[in-house]
Amino acid sequence: MTAAPHDAAGELFELANRGRSRSRHVRDGGEAVVKVVLAGCAGFSVLITALIIGILAYEAVRFFMDVSVVEFLTGTEWSPLLGEEKRFGVWPLVAGTLLVTLVAAIFALPTGLVTAVFLSEYAPSWLRAILKPVLEILAGIPTVVYGFFALLIINPSLQWIAKVVTGEELFGAYSAGAAGIAVGIMILPIVTSLSEDALRSVPRGLRDGAYALGSTRFDTSVRVVIPGALGGIMASYLLAITRAIGETMIVALAAGGLAQLTVLPWRQVQTMTAYMVQIFLGDAPATGVEFKSSFAVAALLFLMTLLLTLAGYRILARFREEYE
Amino acid sequence: MTTPPTAASGGVVTDSPRPATNKVAVIETMTTTPTPNQNQTQNQPTPAAEPPVCIQAREFNSWYGDFQALHGIELDVPTNRVTAFIGPSGCGKSTLLRWFNRMNDTIPSARASGTLDLHGTDLLSTRYDVVDLRRRVGMVFQKPNPFPKSIFDNIAYGPRLHRRYTRSDLAELVEQSLRRAAIWDEVKDRLNQSALGLSGGQQQRLCIARAIAVGPEVLLMDEPCSALDPRSTAAIEDLIRDLRHQYTIVIVTHNMQQAARVSDRTAFFYEGRLVESDETERIFTTPAHRETEDYVSGRFG
Amino acid sequence: MNDETPQNLAMLVDRGEPRSQSRRRAFDRGFLVTCLAITAIAVLALGVLLGSILIEGLPGLRWSFFTEYASRDASKAGIRAPLWGSIWVASICAIVALPIGIATAVWLEEFAPKNRITAFIRLNISNLAGVPSIVYGILGLTLFVRMFGLFGPIQAPELEIGGRLYAIYYDTMQEPIRVPAEERGVAPVLKTGDVGFVQEIEEGADGELIFTDRWTPVTLTIVPEDEDAPEGYGIIEAWQAEEPADFETERPWYYIQFPLGQSVLAGGLTLMLVVLPIVIISSQEALRAVPGSLRTGSLAMGATKWQTTRKVTLPAAVPMIMTGSILAMSRAIGEAAPILVLGVALFITDTPSSLMDSFTVLPMQIYNWTSRWQEDFRALAATGIIVLLMVLLAFNAVAVLIRQKLQRPLS
Repeated sequence: MTAAPHDAAGELFELANRGRSRSRHVRDGGEAVVKVVLAGCAGFSVLITALIIGILAYEAVRFFMDVSVVEFLTGTEWSPLLGEEKRFGVWPLVAGTLLVTLVAAIFALPTGLVTAVFLSEYAPSWLRAILKPVLEILAGIPTVVYGFFALLIINPSLQWIAKVVTGEELFGAYSAGAAGIAVGIMILPIVTSLSEDALRSVPRGLRDGAYALGSTRFDTSVRVVIPGALGGIMASYLLAITRAIGETMIVALAAGGLAQLTVLPWRQVQTMTAYMVQIFLGDAPATGVEFKSSFAVAALLFLMTLLLTLAGYRILARFREEYE
Repeated sequence: MTTPPTAASGGVVTDSPRPATNKVAVIETMTTTPTPNQNQTQNQPTPAAEPPVCIQAREFNSWYGDFQALHGIELDVPTNRVTAFIGPSGCGKSTLLRWFNRMNDTIPSARASGTLDLHGTDLLSTRYDVVDLRRRVGMVFQKPNPFPKSIFDNIAYGPRLHRRYTRSDLAELVEQSLRRAAIWDEVKDRLNQSALGLSGGQQQRLCIARAIAVGPEVLLMDEPCSALDPRSTAAIEDLIRDLRHQYTIVIVTHNMQQAARVSDRTAFFYEGRLVESDETERIFTTPAHRETEDYVSGRFG
Repeated sequence: MNDETPQNLAMLVDRGEPRSQSRRRAFDRGFLVTCLAITAIAVLALGVLLGSILIEGLPGLRWSFFTEYASRDASKAGIRAPLWGSIWVASICAIVALPIGIATAVWLEEFAPKNRITAFIRLNISNLAGVPSIVYGILGLTLFVRMFGLFGPIQAPELEIGGRLYAIYYDTMQEPIRVPAEERGVAPVLKTGDVGFVQEIEEGADGELIFTDRWTPVTLTIVPEDEDAPEGYGIIEAWQAEEPADFETERPWYYIQFPLGQSVLAGGLTLMLVVLPIVIISSQEALRAVPGSLRTGSLAMGATKWQTTRKVTLPAAVPMIMTGSILAMSRAIGEAAPILVLGVALFITDTPSSLMDSFTVLPMQIYNWTSRWQEDFRALAATGIIVLLMVLLAFNAVAVLIRQKLQRPLS
């Protein structure tokens, strides 16, 4: 070094150069390996999807070699385990699923949105600090626990209320309504927290603009914030409905085991997932057509949730673009 | 309209609360000619004629939590004039503006003391309906904030809140508001398209149209041009000059040329205190205080 | 025109019929009251539900509940097997899901080029998050439990690693003797003088016999088929020596067979599939929350992308990643549907000691007890729920603690 003794910059330069230089090749090689490993992990998630689709398609095709697709998709009778003649019309299962989902949606979607508006627009921060963790706890309760509630608390309550109101024993031991309400309680935190995220992502400026024009909180929430967050709210609704359709343990415990076409919430229904539980719990020999039918039902269920998720993804992507 | 200012002519200098520190004196500027003429204000204002007071602040203090943002503000905002608030960042000028229509109510930690009168009524009083206040005192923000709705619905939003209109009345009101904001010709063919598709300058003029569509007396503008390019800024400034005789306008700005160009009166704030307030021309030529002179001549800020 | 307009505008504004201010205020109030009512009802309902569980389940919460296995007698039943099963399964799930999930998130947020393939992977992950857990159960059943039938049936796996295979013979005492074997189904040739092993048996306090894990070596004596064959340990009649009665694999904890069967490993891997998208998404959010200035700061000093990620970005994101991971694990602990599909036995009377042991989990046991008609079992279910919720609450508490202790402001 030619630097003068009190040339501070030169001294620093010399100090920095004292370390043994690291090999660039080792570094770049390591970088490449890391990249490949990480990308491989990301690829794994694609593999999972491919496997799900492959397995469900393969088994469903094997099922449709025994039972016609037309009968499966148009039939209104589902009796694979009982009776002389096995019938594989999937509509009763789909209707049961939709009935439970409908009850859950009627309960949870408005309630969830109102709660979200309350949390994001009205609630003082101390109340938020209490309610948010409560919601998180609700979201973390395993669904089998909700199934317990549905079977042992909600359904008996509905039985009692129906008896007091109508004087008739409308509800049996199982009902689509009780399961639906429990599913509704289960999806409520999803609707609330995702809708609240959407509401809070509406820029503050819009609220200021609305207030400055003489809006009340209610005006602001209903006419500016909710319309502004509509995409996010819709996405949260779709996600919640997806969860409701795929919910298994609640309906397996509380909705009943009789596949029937009905819109009456006090009847028992069998949902698609509940049927799969019945089969996999060992009610059918693992080689029979009944066993294969559960894969066809699973394939249909997968398709339904896939479409809902894709729709939600689209809406959410467009919603995020709006405020970026 | 309202009572004319009561104080004697000329600026009355009062000492700051703690004269020992001798840092900033609070100037209470009052009328120069206590003879307001309403007809004159309506039509052809002469600089000498003093209009009635619209908003009056007395011993006004404001806090965010423990932080005192404003100290003992004494200020008169004249009716149907443009008043500019200038001062370095954090001097409290925006805070004061946001008290004029109580936008600070939305900030939980914000509180105030003293009096703030709108035409002689204390607007800080809890009995004063804040919704009604904001209908009378409109606001335009730093960043254009059109609602994600159509241009028509943006303008119609406010009127619909407060009154029920027939379809044709509403259409006319929307058109006239857009005309007043000098944006009608640009948007008349696409009233049903989203307002988010407009340029920044157009959005800001839309926001001004939206604000005047509810028929306010006062327009508060919080740095309305700071997010805009020079051309849009010029358009907004033209608009402000156009509107000056129909509305009491208070504009917060960082841009001293802008204050000089558009305002009749200018108030200079520094560190939460009102240093002085006077005719714009006088503030920029012969200010009474060193701080003001240093600031307007660009020595700090 | 311009001079007229203000009056014009004011007139226009006044043309509308004023709306009632008090009504607008009433709406505002009414909505607030509705919100508070709904919130109160929700909190109340939550209280009622948890209260009813406590009333039903608390009396059953004794120490013996934790130490006893499942039983047909409700008063003697406990959750030892499902509790340990859940611990095993959740641990396996965490060990596999966290590295893969976090690595995927790192790749997506820090390395992935912005192109169609990456966009597809993102879409794919959010889709995976929406797949019902029971469908993952079907994937787990085919992929892990049966392995597409590639290695033969579950009961007779064709590929075994790490276990020791024994052939079982019976001696003239009718005690099982085990002899090391080479291959399942191929009988070892037994000669007098070979060494076999006899299981040690102890006498319990009540006089019952307890089979221990200890095996004593014994020298074999093969005797010809004879009615008067001497009775004794290790003495095997020739006809019995020809064909072993059974084959058995001694399983150290690391023993693995293919297919995996209804084992804890299969269960853990299936749950891994369920929680992987959750881990990925929460880790992505954590990484996204790290301010870009930290990264540019590191890159500007000449660090490579991976060095930046490893030394700057990941450490800054660790608290949020851990919080998300813990919540994902609590989801895994609460899942019953995918485990149910695997076809695990409902009646397990042993705790797992190797990766290949059979198991059940807490939610499965709760499901089983709830679905029974007898009151006693439903009370057991409530007690099980209390235990399950306590475990989850502990998880959540840890997550909250981490959030508070580790999270320093990043900018």
